[in-house]
Amino acid sequence: MPELVLTVEGQPLRVPAGISVLAALQGAAHWSLRRSLSGQRRGALCGMGTCFECRARVDGVLVRTCLIPVQPGMTVELLE
Amino acid sequence: MTALETDLLIIGAGPAGLSAALSAAQGGAAVLLADLGPGPGGQIWRGAKASDGGESGTLLRGVQRQPNITALYGAQVALSERGPQGGHAVQFSTPQGPRRVLAQKIILASGATERFLPFPGWTLPGVVGAGGLQAMVKSGLDVRGARVLVAGSGPLLLAVAAGMRAAGAEVVGVAEQASPTRLLGFGLAAQRGGKVGEAAKLLWALRGVPYWPATYPVEASGGERLTQVELGGLTRRTLECDWLAAGFGLVPDTRLAALFGCALEGGAVKVGAWQQTSQPGIYAAGELTGIGGVDKARLEGSMAGYTATGQVERLRDLPTQLEQARHFQASLSRSFALRPSLRTLPAAGTLICRCEDVPHAALQACPSWTEAKLQTRCGMGTCQGRVCGPAAETLYGWTFTGVRPPLLPLPLADLLGE
Repeated sequence: MPELVLTVEGQPLRVPAGISVLAALQGAAHWSLRRSLSGQRRGALCGMGTCFECRARVDGVLVRTCLIPVQPGMTVELLE
Repeated sequence: MTALETDLLIIGAGPAGLSAALSAAQGGAAVLLADLGPGPGGQIWRGAKASDGGESGTLLRGVQRQPNITALYGAQVALSERGPQGGHAVQFSTPQGPRRVLAQKIILASGATERFLPFPGWTLPGVVGAGGLQAMVKSGLDVRGARVLVAGSGPLLLAVAAGMRAAGAEVVGVAEQASPTRLLGFGLAAQRGGKVGEAAKLLWALRGVPYWPATYPVEASGGERLTQVELGGLTRRTLECDWLAAGFGLVPDTRLAALFGCALEGGAVKVGAWQQTSQPGIYAAGELTGIGGVDKARLEGSMAGYTATGQVERLRDLPTQLEQARHFQASLSRSFALRPSLRTLPAAGTLICRCEDVPHAALQACPSWTEAKLQTRCGMGTCQGRVCGPAAETLYGWTFTGVRPPLLPLPLADLLGE
């Protein structure tokens, strides 16, 4: 399978092409993607754009990472 | 913003939306098919390709061959208003910025979302939806060697468990809240509905996996992520696992229909015999008119596609087939009705609204949704009640009434149409 490289939290990450940004984050063991209002760890819940738990900044824009396919050179920053 | 003009706008590219697009395009109408996801298929056919075998591949090839179908992916409806020359003007939010569509008629095929029920620990990373974990794996999550516990309710649980096994996970068990008697009733209905082959394939794929009826998760625990789940009900035990895939049935996604002012009935979009909603020129097809699975969605999609484009001569025996599919739908909701004891799962401190961190105790003190919003901000956070709405419906009997434009958080520039 072809691969591509993106930058996650400042680190280069090689992932298979065609996967979601969420799958790329999970593949790098980023299970916790944000802190809740009271400081609890939160990860993805619904996988289909409903819960907004997997949101992160991709190339500076806040998106639901489960809905966005990875692209070469993408920069991903967690909200944590 | 330049507008895309079309005869028919179809929102949702799952089985219902794809069937509607094909039927409508056969009569020569210009069709714009929009979906929130990065490609066609919806949830059940996520990642489907035209080269695939089976009914999804056949349908996708049919859609691809129609030159008058245009697809717009990664697009979610934000706003809608009356069009300048009648019809509707719909504003989509896409990763490339806002897109405006002018359509004479609309078919809504927004499908369903999963119902999540809160229990202590359900907010830990590693606790996900059942369909949710299936979606994540289809989008590239690697579960090889991971221990997965599937729980909740409905026939989806078996499909998810089989999918996880096929993806290399170790399925430690399936906990179904419905009682053995109800499950037997569903088995008989499935048999009458000609679903024996499908069921046999699933059971073969799941040989050796424990299936616990009348059983449900009572607590999930772990440090930074899930490590352990305690089951209660008929089978009480504590299991080590990496993922808890828990979904308590599907809920029609009626938000879009509510935005367009379509009447709802019993939690679903109310439609007439030809899939028309209460709003002129707007039709609805698939799970949003009542949970019934792929067959019902495909038939309703075809019906809506033909009627929205005036091809009534093509309907033939569709109404009869639909009636059969709806019998199956009724047996689904009877067999997998949620047991009242699930309402006692949350502890006082268990969060119900994950966006605003509102605990069960704070909501128990409220008489209604409106009061809960005013007092606690429940349902007013980022997801706008998409998760806590169906949960609160089950826990407190409240009907969610919070749909207002825009349907999702928008950058101010998109709202101003710059």
